[in-house]
Amino acid sequence: MGWNQRLGGGSGVWLFRRTPISERMMLSKGLKRKREEEEEGLAVDTWWLDPGHPAVAQAPAATAASSSLFDLSVLKLHHSLRQSEPDLRHLVLVVNTLRRIQASMAPAATLPPVPSPPPAPGVADSLLASSDAALSASMASLLEDLSHIEGLSQVPQPLADEGPLGRPTAGAPPSLGALDLLGPATGCLLDDSLEGLFEDIDTSMYDSELWAPASESLKPGPVEGPGKEETTPELDEAELDYLMDVLVGTQALERPPGPGR
Amino acid sequence: MKCFSRYLPYIFRPPNTILSSSCHTEADIISTVEFNHTGELLATGDKGGRVVIFQREQESKNQVHRRGEYNVYSTFQSHEPEFDYLKSLEIEEKINKIRWLPQQNAAYFLLSTNDKTVKLWKVSERDKRPEGYNLKDEEGRLRDPSTITTLRVPVLRPMDLMVEATPRRVFANAHTYHINSISVNSDYETYMSADDLRINLWNFEITNQSFNIVDIKPANMEELTEVITAAEFHPHHCNTFVYSSSKGTIRLCDMRASALCDRHTKFFEEPEDPSNRSFFSEIISSISDVKFSHSGRYIMTRDYLTVKVWDLNMENRPIETYQVHDYLRSKLCSLYENDCIFDKFECVWNGSDSVIMTGSYNNFFRMFDRNTKRDVTLEASRENSKPRAILKPRKVCVGGKRRKDEISVDSLDFSKKILHTAWHPSENIIAVAATNNLYIFQDKVN
Repeated sequence: MGWNQRLGGGSGVWLFRRTPISERMMLSKGLKRKREEEEEGLAVDTWWLDPGHPAVAQAPAATAASSSLFDLSVLKLHHSLRQSEPDLRHLVLVVNTLRRIQASMAPAATLPPVPSPPPAPGVADSLLASSDAALSASMASLLEDLSHIEGLSQVPQPLADEGPLGRPTAGAPPSLGALDLLGPATGCLLDDSLEGLFEDIDTSMYDSELWAPASESLKPGPVEGPGKEETTPELDEAELDYLMDVLVGTQALERPPGPGR
Repeated sequence: MKCFSRYLPYIFRPPNTILSSSCHTEADIISTVEFNHTGELLATGDKGGRVVIFQREQESKNQVHRRGEYNVYSTFQSHEPEFDYLKSLEIEEKINKIRWLPQQNAAYFLLSTNDKTVKLWKVSERDKRPEGYNLKDEEGRLRDPSTITTLRVPVLRPMDLMVEATPRRVFANAHTYHINSISVNSDYETYMSADDLRINLWNFEITNQSFNIVDIKPANMEELTEVITAAEFHPHHCNTFVYSSSKGTIRLCDMRASALCDRHTKFFEEPEDPSNRSFFSEIISSISDVKFSHSGRYIMTRDYLTVKVWDLNMENRPIETYQVHDYLRSKLCSLYENDCIFDKFECVWNGSDSVIMTGSYNNFFRMFDRNTKRDVTLEASRENSKPRAILKPRKVCVGGKRRKDEISVDSLDFSKKILHTAWHPSENIIAVAATNNLYIFQDKVN
């Protein structure tokens, strides 16, 4: 098998047909997450910068955009953590991005993905704080697992190992003002209306036995915005409970059920 | 067809060779492309763990027009999927990188690596076969010694040329994280392999030991904010190497300074442009490839939107910045959503360091002439490549009126990405990998 058949002729293009190899049985853990269908086009959407837009007029643009990006990043993070062997670069970049978003949201943000009535700011802040801790906890626990296993399996490395040198890393990145971040050059989720805000997110990528209900519940209710009282998919209590559990971090923290009950 | 030579630093003919699989399976996706030091051989690795080597045809007076075409020389399975029983993880067989060793005898040597294991392969030709053994018959079966009454000297007889690849060394069990780079040292005795957090130095002769020369793993993994993305040895100074990070920085290290090169000798970083700040600033600044120029004076880095050339003597900013596809800057949110923003594009120098090349989406690839500051966008596609014609430059229209031959940003196909390219060390021949297709373009022959 191999590159063995020469087609065509003359002095022009030579096309080599490659005899396909037999399919190997792929272990499920080795399957990378499927890349969902690429979007046909990427429209530039800056609706949230348009002061005439009803949602914008009422809502702080930064908050709405940040919170949807936050949700997306949380999804990505959890999906990445659920891989049998996460791509460390991807993980680190998503976590750093998440921290940036959080830092910009922290001052005044309410937590959007909760249906009406909106949560009390105090609860939202604590949810944000706890979700950060939960994220750190889940990422840290996974990475600790990796390093623990590394200690078991690694071939002894002689001589030059003067001990692991931790990079001096800052904790949270410097707090970035929300408006600084959302300059005109950045696009955000690209849809014309709040209703369609999450329509372009293909959550099939994040499908798992645990995530299926939660993905629905992440469609945002409109925190502010007249006449856009959301036709959110009805969140039943079970879904909301699950969402809260995820945000709060069932592995690390126990919190009373969030608002919306 | 019109000649668009005035737009091009070089005129590239469409492929003499397009190599592709008849069935596009995941395993056929090309994951690395590399010319050897003379340009006579071109190696590709794919997701299925196979290596295919092409050899350039010798010049022939009889068929002048066939000069310089590449044909398949050898194919072998370099890596197989493995299972790490300790961690219950499958190890992909995908070839991440191939690097050739300089040729020192009749055989060719190359390093190929997947996520965890580096292998040294010897590719050699055999065109003679010994015949006339005493203890074996012609089929290789052992003969009963008691039946042998005379002795003869085996002779070498010609046979059909056979190219065989044999694994000579296997360098395993030294990387906890995924190997992203390998680089052969100019001393030709050592090489390095880099994963997300560590870089190891190997001697070609020793497979059960490696020296750790860079370790950025924090004591507390919760503090991890940065990973190694690429690494390369200096082309002439065997003590010097660079590595890039996910935060857009490059560190140059000197192995003479200490055994563990945790303290860099030079630190290259460009300050962030405040007008372009966004949530995605860090992701798009993450360097996906770093390459020394052939001269050793410059390094080139590729991040998501740009290619930068740095002078080794100036650390605070690059000397040149080239926009690869700046029209994507306003679409970062979508590209983050569909993970395209994490794509890792490579970049290459031409032989004289005057032109640099890198890939983009929609099977486009870009070339930048450092001297004239001209750039061109070309496309690797069957439809646009007719025999004997000249590649037509492409243009992306960012808004407003679209001209006839332009393509709109919204029509770009983000599943067709050119991540891997290679440039012949001395001639204007380039190899471009587009998913499962390999295009080899040559400069116009007079």
